[in-house]
Amino acid sequence: MSIVGHRILRVGPVALLWHPRAVAVGLVLMALCLTCGVLLLGSGSSRLPPGEILAGLMGSSDNPVANRLVWRIRLPRVLTAALTGAALGLAGAVFQSLSRNPLGSPDVIGFTTGAASGAITAIILFTAGPVTIAIAAVASGVATAATVLILARGRRGGTTGGYRLILVGVGVGAVLSGLNTLLLTMGDLERAMSAQIWLAGSLEGRTFAHVATGAAGLAIFAPVVVLCIRRLSMMEMGDDMASQLGVPVGATRILLVVASVGLTSIATACTGPIAFVALAGPQLARRLTRAPGAPLLTGAMMGALLMILADLIGQNAPLRLVMPIGLTTGFLGGLYLLVVLGLSRR
Amino acid sequence: MIRCSVPRHRYGLPRRALSVFAVALPVLAVLMAASLAIGSRPVPLAEVAQALIAYDPGNDLHLVVRTLRVPRSLLGVTAGAALGLAGAVMQAVTRNPLAEPGLLGVNAGAAVAVVLSASALGLTSMTDYMWFGILGAGFAGAAVFVLGRAHVSGTDPVRLVLAGAGLSVLLGAATAFVILNAGLDILDSFRAWSAGALEGRGMTVVQVMAIALIAGGGLSLMLAPDLNALALGHETGAALGMSPRRTWAFACAAVMVLCGVATAAAGPIGFVGLVAPHVARAISGPDNRLILPLSAIFGAAILLMADIIGRIIARPDEIAAGIVATLLGGPFFIYVVRRFRLARL
Repeated sequence: MSIVGHRILRVGPVALLWHPRAVAVGLVLMALCLTCGVLLLGSGSSRLPPGEILAGLMGSSDNPVANRLVWRIRLPRVLTAALTGAALGLAGAVFQSLSRNPLGSPDVIGFTTGAASGAITAIILFTAGPVTIAIAAVASGVATAATVLILARGRRGGTTGGYRLILVGVGVGAVLSGLNTLLLTMGDLERAMSAQIWLAGSLEGRTFAHVATGAAGLAIFAPVVVLCIRRLSMMEMGDDMASQLGVPVGATRILLVVASVGLTSIATACTGPIAFVALAGPQLARRLTRAPGAPLLTGAMMGALLMILADLIGQNAPLRLVMPIGLTTGFLGGLYLLVVLGLSRR
Repeated sequence: MIRCSVPRHRYGLPRRALSVFAVALPVLAVLMAASLAIGSRPVPLAEVAQALIAYDPGNDLHLVVRTLRVPRSLLGVTAGAALGLAGAVMQAVTRNPLAEPGLLGVNAGAAVAVVLSASALGLTSMTDYMWFGILGAGFAGAAVFVLGRAHVSGTDPVRLVLAGAGLSVLLGAATAFVILNAGLDILDSFRAWSAGALEGRGMTVVQVMAIALIAGGGLSLMLAPDLNALALGHETGAALGMSPRRTWAFACAAVMVLCGVATAAAGPIGFVGLVAPHVARAISGPDNRLILPLSAIFGAAILLMADIIGRIIARPDEIAAGIVATLLGGPFFIYVVRRFRLARL
């Protein structure tokens, strides 16, 4: 028996179902990530040629400034971008599949803003470090998700899919962004300034502490998602069908929601709220792979690529314009959403 | 036998109309008085009355009331009324209960045009850059209507809101980008504005806002009978003698003027245009000749109330009225989403 578009790889008792086109897309995306990552390592206030960067990475450059620049400043920045992008892409893929709606991604329905509220509170009220900020972001992200999902429930309970989830999420997101602005005006000026920069979504001044936070988040939540992928693809057929096939629908949904909210919140804690990567990453990946099911790995890689590209644009902006990455992704992502809406003839 | 179902009050306003206004206007007056009295420095009501009737420039309290609180309160009233009216016109013309200038990106369009004109052309006076606000509101409105297919009857309301959300984020990022790169003086003068603060605007701004309100409000009130006909659907409306194209054109012009100038004067403020028409409709019923003026009154009351609350909750600091309006209006939006099955109006 063969499944359309898939091949089966057997090694002894282990069999792996794989989709050649998806694997090819994944490899291309990875190559693009590496190339753009190296370019991003070279851009900034002092530009470095790719040869110098590679030498700096090996620590074998005869230019000590290049060594330090690459290792201390540029590498954490690029890694943070890639990790948060991957986390957002993965979370978006899971949530779009769970809500059976291409617009049901964490950034559209307010989860990112909710995670940001927790992080700002931690920054302003407690002058917190990266780990505390991450914990606060996850806690408030989960609380926001619970609020949105409960409010989006119908009176008869049950379905949370469809337009209502998205509209309720947009509303909750609006309230929370008002709250975030409010929190910003409460603290003293210096802290409010740092929170303001943070709120724009920025990669300035990232250290390996941020990289570690992002990597830990991915290490905790990504395996959960990957282990649930079969159940997720069953659930895309509908809850009734999935439970007939033996999937514990309720438990799986809660597990996946928590994992994807966790991924979103950790990403938000690392960089501030980043708009539209979680929306566009999985959608673009799915368009490229044309594979059924949630585009988890390709979506994550596309997310990472989008983040790196957005930062590359921001770093190489003409006329020394300041472009925080959150604004770049907001600009490009808003454009993307409008184009998709304009093309769809629903 | 088929009964004609044209409601009787199409030919004359119901008697209830007068009593509705008799309640709504005093509420606005009370809020106005509160707005003059409340602040980081409270002024007794008697002193407020004194300041208005027998102004004494040597009296500190009189100075506060006359130079700070009066322009601020009048701006709240006029800008709120403009936003409420614009929301009512947009909801009527798109027949969508979620249409609102803030949510659909019209205010964001005005904001980006204002900020761009201020940073690129060096315009500093509101009377100069408000024209760009009107233009920006027009462009954003046209974009959201075309992308959301608001003109096609039978379109689902969600599409319009999504187009508006995308446009708002896009234009909001553009506004933040311009402000970040424009230099310190622009950053300083537009920081409070971009949060929707009403303080420190001066009487000139209020006068311009009032003129725009009269022009846009007059235009929308003239349209009210046509909007009533449109509520029955394009075909039925046209059969009743309404020209859909003319109604659309005039409605868009009114929304452009109202939102463009309100945003230039008070900053991008959301949700006032959503809440006011819903409250008005709940009280008055479906007749747009009542909904429009009532939406103006409730819009004014809501923005004024938001400004007063912003002055009370963070004493001695203040929270911009636009932020308070968002905090109060967001839950209302969720309520509307949950309550209505998003049937077209």
